[in-house]
Amino acid sequence: MHELGIAFYLIDMVEDLGKQNNLTSVARVKLQLGEVSGVVPTYLLDVWRWAADRTELLHGAQLEIEEVPALTQCLSCNKTYATVTYGRICPYCSSEKTELIQGLEIELAEIEAT
Amino acid sequence: MGEYRVIEVKQSVFAANEKSADQLREEMKKKGTLLVNLMSSPGSGKTTTLKKTIAALNGKLSLAVMEADIDSDVDAAAISETGVKAIQLHTGGMCHLDAHMCAQGLEGLNAGDVDLIFLENVGNLVCPAEFDTGAGVNVTILSVPEGDDKPLKYPLMYQVCDVVLVNKIDVAPYFDFDLEKLKKNVALRNPKALVIPFSAKTGEGLDAWTEWLSRKVAEWKSSQ
Repeated sequence: MHELGIAFYLIDMVEDLGKQNNLTSVARVKLQLGEVSGVVPTYLLDVWRWAADRTELLHGAQLEIEEVPALTQCLSCNKTYATVTYGRICPYCSSEKTELIQGLEIELAEIEAT
Repeated sequence: MGEYRVIEVKQSVFAANEKSADQLREEMKKKGTLLVNLMSSPGSGKTTTLKKTIAALNGKLSLAVMEADIDSDVDAAAISETGVKAIQLHTGGMCHLDAHMCAQGLEGLNAGDVDLIFLENVGNLVCPAEFDTGAGVNVTILSVPEGDDKPLKYPLMYQVCDVVLVNKIDVAPYFDFDLEKLKKNVALRNPKALVIPFSAKTGEGLDAWTEWLSRKVAEWKSSQ
């Protein structure tokens, strides 16, 4: 249960922010999630509800997930393409020398709180 | 109740763990103990490889073992039979170990000034690669029956590892397993990773593996 660990990390981060900013209630937490991050959004939302509601600060807080599309750059022709559609081999020049440039993000973007 | 306001954060969920992991690495460096994180799928032969490695290093390097599992203590019991100090960590349902759990485990293990501590991570090719444990080196065991395409399916695991031990190489003739293809697949993800064909059963590759470990321990101690 990978997602549960991620939810706990997120909650810890928000609780730290809460202490630093004297927050009493968090209404929304926005997460940027890479398409190939390996995190399943529906699982994360499920465990989020349970884990967030156990805390005072995040009770009822909504988790908003913004998906970041996975993009790969070809090191031979420099073009970028959608990773999930074409995979590891460049669809333009068939090179195998490619590099993922985005899509692994699991990032706390912002929170809405008082 | 005041007005709700938006606070921008823009921080990786792994940032806190990465900080703890770096701290742990610093501490281990001061102690002169190399922590080796062993990762693989379930059933690839981590525990058998460890037992064989412990026997081969006997008298050369002092060591201890941390076994991480969701539940049970069968692995720690098997390691204890070798006479090496071992501790079982339970992740309590979690599929990986993070730097904080690892530091707690090291405290519980209380191994003193050993040269080497093996951490046998939870059998899983996804999550252990994402959570830095604070280990000095990362090793992935891939067993022949799993296939030579694993680096393509689990790229991150192969990106974070220093060595790939290709275990059960003695049964390769019975499987459609191509060692050269595997090497190529690993190199695509991580050109620096060293691939060692290995058999915990026959002992093939054991010398190359223990020599690599001894060299890494020496490097770790000299960089204090």
